[in-house]
Amino acid sequence: MISYILRRTLAAVILLLVVSAVTFAIFFVLPRLAGQTADQLAQQYIGKSPSKADIVAVKHNLGLDQPVYVQYWHFIKGIVSGATYDLGPTTVHCDAPCFGYSFKTHQAVWPQLTSRMPVTLSLALGAAVLWLVSGVAIGVVSALKPRSFFDRTFMGVALAGVSLPMFFTGNLAILLFTYQWPIFGRTYVPLTENPAQWANTLIPAWCSLALLYSAIYARLTRSGMLETMNEDYIRTARAKGLRERKVVVRHGLRAALTPIITVFGMDLGLLLGGAVITETVFSLHGIGQYAVQAIDDNDLPPILGVTLLAAFFVVIANLLVDLLYAAADPRVRLS
Amino acid sequence: MEGIPPIMRRSALAAIAAIGSATLLVAGCSKADDNKDGNSGGSSAAANAATKGVVNASDKKGGTVTYELSDVPDSFDPGNTYYAYMYNFSRLYARPLMTFEPGPGSKGNTLVPDLAASKGVPSDGGKTWTYKLRSGLKYQDGTAITSKDVKYAVERSNFARDVLSLGPNYFQQFLVGGDKYKGPYKDKSAKGLSSIETPDDTTIVFHLKQAFQEFDYLVSAPQTAPVPQAKDTGVDYVKNIVSSGSYQFQSYQDGKQAVLVRNKNWDAKTDPLRKQLPDKIVVNLKVNAETIDKDVLAGDAIDLGGTGVQAATQAQVLTDSAKKANTDNTYGGRLVYMAINTKLKPFDNVACRKAVEYAIDKVSVQTAEGGPIRGDVATTVLPPDIPGYTKADVYASTGNKGDAAKAKAQLKACGKTSINTNITARSDRPQEIDAATAIINSLKAVGINATLKQYPSGKYFTDYAGVPNFANKQNVGLMMMQWGADWPSGYGFLQQILNGQAISQSGNTNLSQYDNKSVNTLLAKAIGTQDDTERNSIYTQIDKQTMDDAALVPLTYFKVLLARPTTFTNLVSTAAFSGQYDYLNIGVASK
Amino acid sequence: MTELSKTGAAVGEPTPASPSDAFLEVRDLKVHFPTDDGIVKSVDGLSFSLEKGKTLSIVGESGSGKSVTSLAIMGLHRLGARGKNVQMSGEIWLGGKELVSASPDEVRRLRGREMAMIFQDPLSAMHPYYKVGDQIVEAYRVHHNVSKKVARTRAIEMLDRVGIPEPAKRVDGYPHEFSGGMRQRAMIAMALVNNPELLIADEPTTALDVTVQAQILDLIRDLQKEFGSAVILITHDLGVVAEIADDVLVMYGGRCVERGPVDEIFEKPQHPYTWGLLGSMPRIDRETSDRLIPVKGQPPSLINVPSGCAFHPRCPYADLPKGNVTRTVRPELQQVDGGHWSACHLSPEDRTRIWTEEIAPKL
Repeated sequence: MISYILRRTLAAVILLLVVSAVTFAIFFVLPRLAGQTADQLAQQYIGKSPSKADIVAVKHNLGLDQPVYVQYWHFIKGIVSGATYDLGPTTVHCDAPCFGYSFKTHQAVWPQLTSRMPVTLSLALGAAVLWLVSGVAIGVVSALKPRSFFDRTFMGVALAGVSLPMFFTGNLAILLFTYQWPIFGRTYVPLTENPAQWANTLIPAWCSLALLYSAIYARLTRSGMLETMNEDYIRTARAKGLRERKVVVRHGLRAALTPIITVFGMDLGLLLGGAVITETVFSLHGIGQYAVQAIDDNDLPPILGVTLLAAFFVVIANLLVDLLYAAADPRVRLS
Repeated sequence: MEGIPPIMRRSALAAIAAIGSATLLVAGCSKADDNKDGNSGGSSAAANAATKGVVNASDKKGGTVTYELSDVPDSFDPGNTYYAYMYNFSRLYARPLMTFEPGPGSKGNTLVPDLAASKGVPSDGGKTWTYKLRSGLKYQDGTAITSKDVKYAVERSNFARDVLSLGPNYFQQFLVGGDKYKGPYKDKSAKGLSSIETPDDTTIVFHLKQAFQEFDYLVSAPQTAPVPQAKDTGVDYVKNIVSSGSYQFQSYQDGKQAVLVRNKNWDAKTDPLRKQLPDKIVVNLKVNAETIDKDVLAGDAIDLGGTGVQAATQAQVLTDSAKKANTDNTYGGRLVYMAINTKLKPFDNVACRKAVEYAIDKVSVQTAEGGPIRGDVATTVLPPDIPGYTKADVYASTGNKGDAAKAKAQLKACGKTSINTNITARSDRPQEIDAATAIINSLKAVGINATLKQYPSGKYFTDYAGVPNFANKQNVGLMMMQWGADWPSGYGFLQQILNGQAISQSGNTNLSQYDNKSVNTLLAKAIGTQDDTERNSIYTQIDKQTMDDAALVPLTYFKVLLARPTTFTNLVSTAAFSGQYDYLNIGVASK
Repeated sequence: MTELSKTGAAVGEPTPASPSDAFLEVRDLKVHFPTDDGIVKSVDGLSFSLEKGKTLSIVGESGSGKSVTSLAIMGLHRLGARGKNVQMSGEIWLGGKELVSASPDEVRRLRGREMAMIFQDPLSAMHPYYKVGDQIVEAYRVHHNVSKKVARTRAIEMLDRVGIPEPAKRVDGYPHEFSGGMRQRAMIAMALVNNPELLIADEPTTALDVTVQAQILDLIRDLQKEFGSAVILITHDLGVVAEIADDVLVMYGGRCVERGPVDEIFEKPQHPYTWGLLGSMPRIDRETSDRLIPVKGQPPSLINVPSGCAFHPRCPYADLPKGNVTRTVRPELQQVDGGHWSACHLSPEDRTRIWTEEIAPKL
């Protein structure tokens, strides 16, 4: 078990290295192949009509005058052992893990990530709980009464939930519940500051995001349950004289949930890397919003930071899912 | 406003209060009417009222003014920003030598001294400019502001472009020795840049390479707002800005929020412009654009960007007369145009360019841009809110719908029956693409086949349209473009897009590669001309010459539709800041 | 356990008025499933009875209705998504209680306690996520209000009884860690944990190795003796029947075509379908090439059951009786002698002649 985790961790580190290298390559090598020069790249981070000297200075300051592999090495070195950065009048040491400084604003990436993480975490976890509970509940009830009124109604709603874009549901939720009937607050309040307010301001975002996902989960659960409830061991459980509720929950759901856990882990991992659209619609200062800004600015260090963070969460989620899977299904051996 | 003594203001306030209570009495009698006006906090204004005067003029203190922005600014650091709204907003905590008087429309273009006691005094034919600072100026920590701090601010903002690279660098270009000086971070000598002299703590003298009669505009940039060298932390200064204005930072979260509170060491006696009305000013960044509109309509916030409401909101406010009354449709100091590459065959022939001028149906372009609300059809290079604008239409056509017959005649004169070329537009600007598509259709009718090429706006100037080599090699004859002036003058507007000497190999903004000796000379002459009227007439000449040469096709004079929140006071849309409300004195109306 | 009322299996035509003394009595049981194509008559008028300590073997091809019968007795066919619209009539008396008209919850209370079931594939019949011991514990605690610890002791005891070595250790094993035979033993332990008076074994050995099959059958027989339960053994394998059954009931197309004591069925079978089953029975002392009477053709559709005798399309002797009787009249069960009944239009003489002259010599 421990050696398994160690091996997986090592694989994860390698994967993250690959992700960072690929991101680096997309940013540097592809434009270079299309004919972009380092001067042109540097110029994107300078204001109006830069002189030759300006470009050279910026290029040097951002390290763009060095070969790409050297820049990559510096980036990796920064994460592991920190880096020194020129503020102008002084230099500052950026402690490990140093994800570098924005090319545009010259602000350190890591503090941005850490300060935005609670927002994304709040959004993703809250929504995840909602969608998992509601999606699974709806899926189970629908599966137990297939083609019933309830089943048809909720599967219809589920289809709508999957199809409606966040721009629509999110803005509608904002319009209705923070303006028309101002039940919920508008600006995010940290959990540590005021838990009630925190939840209050996040509920519309949670619900909108959960609607999108719970629809998928309801359908997943429904089909999983329909399949599982036809298994022989369900008949065995019934033959024991178990109450139907116990048969459904302990025997049916338990088995049907396992694949859902896998999908859930991946979805949550991805979301923790930034719920881009939801954060934009609900004006939440999370990782996703930061990513959008970085892409707008063509600002490599934040893009890299977010990409690695997202990859990290996906990798972690994957590992947890595998461990969970092994815990849930005794037939699975970790090796 | 500068000359009004305080006692006058108090009596004015008393008068307003008296009128207000009278209104209440009247309203009490006729119940039916009191709902509409009761909570608007001030007079109910008509549409475009803030382009004609100050709406909700008031000296009422207290409350919180909230600004919201869908984007993030390049920087709050006055020495590292280039956005018009930051030029506007930063004056609350960073006083430049000169600034603009809060006034409606073009009246807002009036320069007034801010940190300086009076306008700059030119000597040596406009090559030397001397400013005297007001007395009693203090930072938020109570220490005195000196002319050396202004000098230092100019040095750090123009000569340390490796770290503070986001602002413009006009001082570097115009000051004597600007190309040699390494900036205060590398050149640690006490003397600094020798072409800025500070003979005493209240005097600052700028020595320019050439006569520059619009230098007062230049020093209205936030780059002249004083920065104490001891407190300067370079790129980190944005986190600890030392205020010289009426407000100071209480908190600053990069990319998220800034909160400003009253600067207790700001003294009204040193400042005829600022009123320091609200207790607190909050700036929320990265707010969903739709949410901003809703908050503005609800009277909870002001859109800091001042780029106008979203399309959905526009439809909503224009169809509701009550809501329409609280909007301002104003020029944004910008021209939407299409540059014609004068160096690319066959457009090196003026007749071919004129064919394009005649061919385009500008109404179809205007419609693609969003209709008359988003811009008036343009026929000159200078927009109407820039000094030097004179109404003209060299390529007039019935209803601005283009003149195919004349276009074909020009094409014939050019020796062509058809032209194949490319037209560039920014892929992330749907309206620009729509406009380009409308142009393509107009051109096709006369035999000019243009193919649309889209490029991301972030690289439009550095990698594509702004690279002459690229345009010339890729057969890019036509380029979509928008331009706003750095300062509201003909020179500020024209210099960057028409000056043949300003063509650069990358990041070029003279997309036409227009290099007409007489225009170049006229530009140089204008900036050396002291008399405003004479100078403005030269701008008119340049405009005419450019149009005669058909270097670019003016499409629309860009307009914005601002929603005017009724709960705030002293709202006036100023041409000096692209039609935005002047942010200097916005306060909270009494509820 | 109730006192045994009779020592032999009563396989005669049940008396119509009141339940007999038999522990299990099924009367005119019909189980129909409406589908889009029509009504599937899985069981269509089945009657039999069974006493404690006796083993009844129900044989027949797949789809003959033998499994549905067992599920009907257990009340299992009514559960699950498809069970909602099943149509069921007739009577099932178990220890004096009528199950067809009983509420689902009443039947549930009996399930696992009064009657238990062993399934064909023990791997799929056991929940893969739970320990074998826990599954037995669960079965016990449904009907016994005892602590987990007590139930666990009981589970270990049962595992020991069914011959699983090191039961205290295996109790914590998962089904996939057991061999096929061990799994079926565990399954039996689970079924018998509540000392049920009726044990239904649905093809309990089909999925197992031949060597293991015999062990499992021995186990069922031993346990039956020990507990005195009534056993219904569902199978298509007459070899198993010969080994374990007291009585045999042959089903075809949802109906009983022949039934009687096991010796009678093997020695004097009366129905051509039974002959076919016997003919297709693998025997060590017989060359497979000599198999003369394979049952040709497909099992009948349960939606459109053939008219007359349901077996007539496949019966080589369908034309022997006079007239068109085999195609028009459904044969009723006729007493052959004693507890031996058969539903066939062939005259007793014809049957005896065909059996002794044509069939028996080739078996």
